[in-house]
Amino acid sequence: MTTAPAPARTAATDKRGTPGFWRMFYRRNGRALNAFVTFVLVWAFFAANNPTLFLIPAYYNAFLFSVPATIIMTTALVFVIVSGELDLAFPSVIGAAGGLFMTLVISGVPILAAAALTMLGGAALGTAIGAIVVYGKISSLVATLGLNFFIVGIVNLLAQGKNIESRDSVSTFGYAFFTGKWEIFGLQVPNHFLIAVVWTALCYVLFRYHRFGIRVQMVGDNPDSARQMGINIDRIRVGVFVWSGLAAALCGVILVQTANMVWFPTSGKAYLLIALAALFVGGTPTWGGVGTIWGAFFGALTVTLIPSGAVGAGFAGFWTDFIFGLVIILTMVAHRFGGARVR
Amino acid sequence: MAPADIAPGAPIVELRNIVKRFGSVEALSGVSLTVRRGEVLGLLGDNGAGKSTLVKTLAGVHDPDGGEVLVRGRRVSPWTPLAARNAGIETVFQDRALAPQHSIVTNVFMGREITNALGLIRVRKQTDEANRLMREIGFTSRVFNPDSTVGHLSGGERQGVAIARALYNNADVIVLDEPTTALSLTETQKVFRFVRAVKDSGRTVVFIGHNIHHVWDIADRFFVIDRGRMAFEGEKAAFTGADHLIGMMHQLAETGRADIATLRQSA
Ligand SMILES: Nc1ncnc2c1ncn2[C@@H]1O[C@H](COP(=O)(O)OP(=O)(O)OP(=O)(O)O)[C@@H](O)[C@H]1O
Ligand SMILES: [Mg+2]
Repeated sequence: MTTAPAPARTAATDKRGTPGFWRMFYRRNGRALNAFVTFVLVWAFFAANNPTLFLIPAYYNAFLFSVPATIIMTTALVFVIVSGELDLAFPSVIGAAGGLFMTLVISGVPILAAAALTMLGGAALGTAIGAIVVYGKISSLVATLGLNFFIVGIVNLLAQGKNIESRDSVSTFGYAFFTGKWEIFGLQVPNHFLIAVVWTALCYVLFRYHRFGIRVQMVGDNPDSARQMGINIDRIRVGVFVWSGLAAALCGVILVQTANMVWFPTSGKAYLLIALAALFVGGTPTWGGVGTIWGAFFGALTVTLIPSGAVGAGFAGFWTDFIFGLVIILTMVAHRFGGARVR
Repeated sequence: MAPADIAPGAPIVELRNIVKRFGSVEALSGVSLTVRRGEVLGLLGDNGAGKSTLVKTLAGVHDPDGGEVLVRGRRVSPWTPLAARNAGIETVFQDRALAPQHSIVTNVFMGREITNALGLIRVRKQTDEANRLMREIGFTSRVFNPDSTVGHLSGGERQGVAIARALYNNADVIVLDEPTTALSLTETQKVFRFVRAVKDSGRTVVFIGHNIHHVWDIADRFFVIDRGRMAFEGEKAAFTGADHLIGMMHQLAETGRADIATLRQSA
């Protein structure tokens, strides 16, 4: 005996699937918003301790001067982490790129041309690193760790431990292109900060609206699915290292110029942990498949603000690492609440 | 694209003597399968018989250790997932091949994004197309929002996304690896309607299922594999009925052989 089935609910009356505009907006941009809120909270915490200092525009001059390299590197690393890989070799590429750039400059190549060539070199080095990781089928953690030492070693051998300087090129147009400043209400905005903003916008479009970025996310989310759907996952994986190499080269070029056209063989070393911390504070999860470019931007602002901000807020210097660690852990916990992994 | 270049009933894809090993396991030991235009081919066999391995070979996912793949009579090499999709073979894999952290639209267009000349995604177009597709399929208990995250969907809804993706391009051959497991009765009926619609438009379906009555209802021809080898194949007309097919499969499971002599010779 069967009874007649109840009339099926028609699809039109079932509204569970249609969230409102703000729900949708948060779902799409939640990670970036969280990173933005983190930055504002850290800033507010410091500012509350010393409001007069933190409301002076000129206080941020040094901040805007030092943050661009971290922004550029962090936003590029989003692609690497989202694809499910890890790049620990970028500091060596920053160093190598700076050295290449200065070598070109002192041999007479104009700064803009030297910068372009250096970025090509960075992309080539990134290609090599990616090819070793992907086609050598080595874990990217181990491979890039080793390659970082290896490339730093080669750079040291070539440089013989010496700096390269070209202080006369400080007066050229190319130098002004990278380091010139715009004064707004007493705040000096350097060109390389604007470059970092443009770079971030470029990364955002590439990540969110370009076939490459979408495929990076597919590969990181489920490599088997991506492969079964005809995506060349090896090529995508090499691609993220190329992008990272390109960013590292741009960082190398900028770091040398912000150091008044002096290159040190150790250039870039300091950025390993900073950029990775900025990435995770910025809301890109460790497991791959999803990430946020603007979150990485705010993450870079946050981690750059902490050391100087802590001092400005009146904490003794030895508090810096403690606050740094605290912010990282708290934001990781907050991001965890914000979005666990969807399977 | 409609397979206008090939007469109905002519071979569209041929697998010849396919051997596939995973380490020491030989999942396929020389299977030859011809898929003909306009038919619904039912692929049957026990768990672990090698059906999914055969399907993945058909989809270009596995590079066979031996044998060759011919599409419309021509050998395609290298045989990759992209080559298979470009040759007009769309597959709903047993594991569904989805990216759970991403939206329905992104999943429907995975590997086949609609872009402009610069490679930028045409978001509006993709959303509209996905919307149209989901509506056409009506494959759900709730209003499908193309922006819904796939990982938040039910098992049957995820299956709907995978099926929608396979139907999107009007491919010549649609391969469905256990499309009706996890589906309710009504949803299963919907899948059958799609299979018939695809067949009526002159295209081809390869259908894998464990419910032999289902496969019997939907398929025109049956291909049974057993431990990596073809056990028997036959047109529907060669069997006296579903029970005949089931009897042969029982016999195969118990004795390792099926009595092919019981099959009626088709004209
Ligand atoms: N990637 C793999 N690695 C190792 N062994 C595999 C792999 N894929 C399949 N096999 C083996 O190959 C054999 C056939 O598997 P296959 O998935 O093709 O079976 P099936 O007929 O689809 O079974 P089911 O009905 O359970 O889906 C099994 O013994 C399985 O263990
Ligand atoms: Mg299977």
